[in-house]
Amino acid sequence: MAIPPKLAPTAQEWHVTADASRGAAAPPELVQLLTPEGERVEHPDYDIDLKPEEVRSLYRDLVLVRRIDLEAVALQRQGELGIWASLLGQEAAQIGSGRALTDADMAFPTYREHGVAWCRDVDPVKLLGLFRGVNHGGWDPREHNFHLYTIVIGSQTLHAVGYAMGVQRDDAPSATIAYFGDGATSQGDVNESFIWASVFNAPIVFFCQNNQWAISEPLEKQTRIPLYRRASGFGFPGIRVDGNDVFACLAVTRQALKNAREGQGPTLIEAYTYRMGAHTTTDDPTRYRVASELEAWKLKDPIERVKSYLFKNELADQAFFDSVEAEAEQLGADLRRRCLAMPDPAPLDIFDHVYAEPHPLIDEERAQYAAYLEGFEQR
Amino acid sequence: MTILSLSKALNEGMRKAMEDDPKVLIMGEDVGKLGGVFRVTDGLQKDFGEDRVIDTPLAESGIIGTAIGLALRGYRPVCEIQFDGFVFPAADQIITQLAKMPMRSLGAIKLPVVVRIPCGGGIGAVEHHSESPEAYFTHTAGLRVVACSNPADAYTMIQQAIRSDDPVIFFEPKRRYWEKADIDTADTGWWTPLDKGKVVRPGTDATLVAYGPMVKTCLEAAKAAEDDGRSLEVIDLRSLNPLDTPLVMDSVRRTGRVVVVHEAPVNSGFGAELAARITEQCFYHLEAPVLRVGGFSTPYPPSKLEEHYLPDLDRVLDAVDRSFGF
Repeated sequence: MAIPPKLAPTAQEWHVTADASRGAAAPPELVQLLTPEGERVEHPDYDIDLKPEEVRSLYRDLVLVRRIDLEAVALQRQGELGIWASLLGQEAAQIGSGRALTDADMAFPTYREHGVAWCRDVDPVKLLGLFRGVNHGGWDPREHNFHLYTIVIGSQTLHAVGYAMGVQRDDAPSATIAYFGDGATSQGDVNESFIWASVFNAPIVFFCQNNQWAISEPLEKQTRIPLYRRASGFGFPGIRVDGNDVFACLAVTRQALKNAREGQGPTLIEAYTYRMGAHTTTDDPTRYRVASELEAWKLKDPIERVKSYLFKNELADQAFFDSVEAEAEQLGADLRRRCLAMPDPAPLDIFDHVYAEPHPLIDEERAQYAAYLEGFEQR
Repeated sequence: MTILSLSKALNEGMRKAMEDDPKVLIMGEDVGKLGGVFRVTDGLQKDFGEDRVIDTPLAESGIIGTAIGLALRGYRPVCEIQFDGFVFPAADQIITQLAKMPMRSLGAIKLPVVVRIPCGGGIGAVEHHSESPEAYFTHTAGLRVVACSNPADAYTMIQQAIRSDDPVIFFEPKRRYWEKADIDTADTGWWTPLDKGKVVRPGTDATLVAYGPMVKTCLEAAKAAEDDGRSLEVIDLRSLNPLDTPLVMDSVRRTGRVVVVHEAPVNSGFGAELAARITEQCFYHLEAPVLRVGGFSTPYPPSKLEEHYLPDLDRVLDAVDRSFGF
């Protein structure tokens, strides 16, 4: 059959190769402010002046969200969660972009944005409800300006654009950010959201965490060009940032949000990162990717580089790192305790909140099922 | 004879279909190297290559839309929708195009596309992973809609679906994927036609009608009822569109009592169609109204509550009791 086995070498300009370090070599267009070795580098368009306490605070965020994630994986392994989608490796992309948001900005996550949730002050235990099967959401999106997790791939990007159009009509000084992954960029909804955002000049930032894998499918199953370049076809700027560099993610997202608030319309940010874990706890990545790829990306760890930077520049001492570690342990233990203490929902909760207004069929079924359950109790 | 799980039976059925006809293609998200999230396509890409087992971009509408194009070119695509709740992005292509294009062409176009959908709950999944969307598709003329309930039917029905010149929506009961049976893969003499149902347990006092995951539940209920001295007949519909009306009506005329069981919400569910048809055709044979057991008129609940939402042996027998109470 006349299907070219390998696509023509636009591949050379980015990372499509068959070698084991696939994606690990930094592509040339990448905005990076902190190297994997913890060296501060300058970028002509994006710079950031972070005070030592701000860097320490970012470090703390990174460590704590990794600990939350680790605990959730463990809880799933022990049967306390039905499933978990790990953010391992994507901490910098989430903390950098999450900390770029102002309180008034609105975020629309996928189901993996536990780090962004942290930045929006969502109690970590509330993230577990969906995965433990006790609820479908767990927090009030209005309270945190952080929408519910969306499981259907890419749907939330359109909601985000609609929300941004509302912000625009209200003449409010805030921006909206939509999170999604590399796989989602193939979805019709995501492409439609780009079009909507573009023609309405919506105050939105599209934040794509390109973690290289959509379950088992590598990036080249979704695209022939770097994802950030998709934006130009839709008529707005696209930028690729080192997704494992929290400084760069913060700087680039902050600028894009500012542009959105100032009426300059949408930006697509491609945070170039790597899914260090499985797609979810039910996935087995050893079936489809090689270990050496993981090893190459380990050298680009988002936390280690901040730690190196803090050490080298004497911005933090061992006592600081110890205290963050202790806090992380405490947070993990606390999360575990509160997860186990989470009450199961009551059977009749099934009938709650289906409609905003009274509904006779729901009322009838609730009453019928209550009577049915009572029948068991009387036996 | 070979012992196969339901998922492996589907796998073997597709393998056979691919060996028999080089035009058969598999396409979907993660169907290649991973073998699908339920491993239903495990090993097929390795043996048939990437041209025939296609890992598609992550876009369900794209999967069905391009399958239509491949079918126009003479291929027989077997599309996997990863989970029931993800068929909705593809609903437009299925309902407005796949179902209607053959008729618009006055029969010049055939679209032998199979859309495989793991369906139903009971596996402790998060939302959109436990849906039973069959009624959306039985309501759409132009689609054959079938549901397998056991490994043997899985093995035969997938091959028959692939051979069909019509589009087939093929539901697979995901919580039954791991159930096993001994299957005669050498002989085809025992195969039931795709559009026919089966009496899977004969009985005399009432009829339980089910399909997909609920067939096993009904068989268990019938066994339990036997201890109470009630003989329940269980019908596995297998095909929802077309419906094996003679099979159902014959049973109802004998027993006079019917309980229809499905996981999907009762409200506007497939049971409503059955109840109406049974009432129209067997009115004077009925000793009681046709009763329906199914999901509530609510979204599928969080998994901690799914045991309440899903019909189980007790709820089926409760309905049987109510039927006898009339």
